[in-house]
Amino acid sequence: MALVHNQEHQMLKESAQGFLREFGSITELRKYRDSEEDFSPLLWPQMVEMGWAAILIPESYGGLGFGQVGMGQIVEQSGRMLTASPLFSTAILGASIINLAGSEEQKAQLLPAVASGQLTTALAVDESAHHAPNNIGLAAEKTAVGFRLTGSKRSVVDGHRADLLIVAARSSGSLGDSKGVSLFLVESKAAGVSIEKMSTVDGRSVANISFDGVEVATEALLGDEELGFRVLSKTLDIGNAHLAAELLGICSEAFERTLQYLKERQQFGVSIGSFQALQHRAAHWWSEIELAKSLVLKCFQALDADDIKAPILVSISKAKLCEVADLSTNEAIQMHGGVGMTDEYDIGFFIKRARPVQALFGGYSYHSDRFAGMTGY
Amino acid sequence: MTDLQVFRDETRHWLEEHCPPSMRTPIKTDKDQCWGGRNANYVSDEQKQWMDNMASRGWTAPTWPIEYGGGGLSKAEAKILSEEMNKLKARLPLSSFGIWMIGPALLKFGSEELKLQHLPPIVRGEIRWCQGYSEPNAGSDLAGLQAKAVDMGEHFIANGQKVWTSYGDKADWMFCLLRTDPDAKKQSGISLVLFDMQTPGVTPKPIKLISGSSPFCETFLDDVRVEKNQVVGEINQGWTIAKYLLTHEREMIGGFGLTGAGSQTLGQFAVEALGTEHGRLTDSVLRADVIRWEIDAAAFAVTAERVNDEAKSGQGIGATSAMLKYYGTELNKRRYELMMKLHGNDAMEWEGEASKDGWLPRTWLRTKGNSIEGGTSEVQLNIIAKNILGLG
Repeated sequence: MALVHNQEHQMLKESAQGFLREFGSITELRKYRDSEEDFSPLLWPQMVEMGWAAILIPESYGGLGFGQVGMGQIVEQSGRMLTASPLFSTAILGASIINLAGSEEQKAQLLPAVASGQLTTALAVDESAHHAPNNIGLAAEKTAVGFRLTGSKRSVVDGHRADLLIVAARSSGSLGDSKGVSLFLVESKAAGVSIEKMSTVDGRSVANISFDGVEVATEALLGDEELGFRVLSKTLDIGNAHLAAELLGICSEAFERTLQYLKERQQFGVSIGSFQALQHRAAHWWSEIELAKSLVLKCFQALDADDIKAPILVSISKAKLCEVADLSTNEAIQMHGGVGMTDEYDIGFFIKRARPVQALFGGYSYHSDRFAGMTGY
Repeated sequence: MTDLQVFRDETRHWLEEHCPPSMRTPIKTDKDQCWGGRNANYVSDEQKQWMDNMASRGWTAPTWPIEYGGGGLSKAEAKILSEEMNKLKARLPLSSFGIWMIGPALLKFGSEELKLQHLPPIVRGEIRWCQGYSEPNAGSDLAGLQAKAVDMGEHFIANGQKVWTSYGDKADWMFCLLRTDPDAKKQSGISLVLFDMQTPGVTPKPIKLISGSSPFCETFLDDVRVEKNQVVGEINQGWTIAKYLLTHEREMIGGFGLTGAGSQTLGQFAVEALGTEHGRLTDSVLRADVIRWEIDAAAFAVTAERVNDEAKSGQGIGATSAMLKYYGTELNKRRYELMMKLHGNDAMEWEGEASKDGWLPRTWLRTKGNSIEGGTSEVQLNIIAKNILGLG
C-alpha cells in the first residue's frame, strides 16, 4: 500500500482541524485546567455527533468501520490543539478491546452504546509508576456467582469520569506471567470501587483506583478467562499507535509555532532565524519530524491490514516519537527564549502534554527494549 | 495472467539462464564490482559475460529508451527486474557513473547527437565516466570554481585543476564543469563539457585516503582541447545541469543509509559479535546504542518509501533529497562506528586474512566521507533551512 493519505483521510483531517480549532483549542485548555472538569461538557456530544466515537466500530454494531488511519488523523489534530476528550479512552481503547474480546452479546450491547455516546469507558492496566502489562497483580478470585476483584490500578486515563471500567486482573499464575490475565467489565459505581482523582502536569487528571473485594458476575468477564493478555496486548498496540500520532501532532505544532517565532523575533537588527546556529538545529528538527510522520502512517496501515509486523512497528513508532517529542518540546522552549518559560505563551503547554503521552503505556526505554526483544537481541 | 506477470515469468527464466553461477554470490571485495570501460580488469570471464548478457537487452540501464541502447522498461517492469535479480542474489552487472549520473543528465538536457554518441557505449559498459566538479578552492562553494575553458572559435582550450574525481585514473571520459565566461556572475558563466581522458593535457593523479585506498584523483588540465559539440545544453548554462546532477547524487548517496553493509541487520551483526544472554546482547550499553540506531534506520527506510510514494502521487514537497542525504549519510557513519565498537580489538586489524585485509576499519574510515561528498551535511542543512523552512 502506498504510504500516502487518500482523499477521505484528507477530508477527515480538515474537518477535525476546523472543529478542534473552534471547540478544542488551547483557549479551552486554559479555561478548564483549574476547574473540576478537564473539558467542556458540550465537547464529547459534538464529537459523537460527527461520528468520531464510531470510527473504529464495525458497521454491524452501529459504527463506521473507518479504520485506524482515519482515526489517526483526528488524534494527530487533537495533539496539535492539545484537546482533552474521551476519544482515546472510549472510542479507541474501549471500542477496540470490546470489539476484540467481547462475546456477541457484549458487543451487541456495548458497541452501539459507545458509538452513540451513551457509554464511556476507561482501561485500567498499570499498577506501578512504569508500564508493565505482564505485571498484573490485581487478584480475581472465583466465587459462586462470578469473581471477586482485589487490588489497585494507577494512572487510569478518564478513570474518574468513565461509566465502565475495563480491568486487567490476574486469575492465575504469578506476577510476570502473560498467562492468567483476565479482563473484566466493572461498573465504576460498583460497591468496593474507590476512585481517587490525581491532577496532572498537562492540566488534566487521571485516576488511581482501588478495588476492595469488588464482586462481579461471570458475565463481567470480557473474552476468555486467563487468556486476556493477547487481546490486552493488541489493544495496547492500537493505543500506542494513537499515542504516537498524538505526539506527532504535538511535535508538528510545536515546530511550526517555533519556526514562525524564528522568523518574527528580531535581535541584533535581524530575525533570529537568519542565524546559522538556529537554522541547522531547525533543519535537523524538521528532518526528525519527517521520519516520525512516516512511522505513524506506516504503523496505522499495518494495524488496519492486520500485518504480523504491526507490534514491532508500533514499538519502533512509539519509541521514535518519544525521542522526537523530547527534542521538539525542549527545542521549542529554548528557541523561544525567555517567553518560552512564561505561562502567557502557549508554547510551554506542549512539553507539559507531551510527557504524560510519552509515559503512558511505555516510553522510549520500554518500547526500544520491546522492539529489540521481538527482533532477537 | 497480466502483462506484468508474463513479464515477471519471462524475466525470471531469462535471468536463470543468463546469470552465471559465480555472479549469484555476494560481493567480497571492491574488485568484484564491475565498472567496465576500456581498461576494465574483469575478475573472471563470467563477470564480463554477465555484463554483456544484461547489456544485450539494455538491462544495465533498464528504463532508458531503446533507441539509446536502454531496456525501454516502464518503472513497474524495472521494479520487477530488480526484484527478480534480488531473488536470484544476482550481482549488479555494471556499476557506472555513466548510468547513474551523466546518462540521466544527457537524457534530460543533451542534444540528440550527444545522446546517440554517448548513451549506447555506457549501456554496453564500454566507456567508463568520471565527474570533474570540485576544485581545491571550490568545495562546498562549488559555483566558485575557477578551471576555465577559453573559446578558440572551433573549440575550447581548458586549463585548471579538478579534485575528488572518482576513479579518474581508470575512467575513459569526464563530464566536467568549466568556467566559460569569466566576466559573468558566479553561477551564470559555467558550462558542462565532455572530453576523453586520453586527450593530451589531461593528467589524473590518485589521492590516498585515510582508508588506504585511492578511489579519488586530482585531475590536472593543461591546454586541453574540448570540442564545442561536447557542451551539454547551452554554453554558460551548465549550473542548472550541475544542480540537477547534485540532487541526483544526493539521492544516490542518501540511499547508502538504506543498504549499508549488505542484507545483515545491525542487530544480527551485534548478536554474532557479542552473543546473547537471556535473549539480550551481553553488553547492555552497546545494546541500547544498537537499538537506537535500528529504530532510526527503520524510520529512515519508511521515510524513503513515503517520499517515493508521495512523488508518485504528486504529493509532498520534492525538496526532500537534502534531508535524505543528510540523514542517510549520518546514519551510515553511526552504523560503522557501532560495528567497530561491536568488534572491539578485532576491529583494529588492518591487514591479514581474518579481517579480509581490514575490511571493517577501512570501510568505517571510508564512511567518514559520506557526509562530505556530494555536499556536506552542513550544506544539506543550509538547503533545508533555506528552501524548505524559508529561513534566511
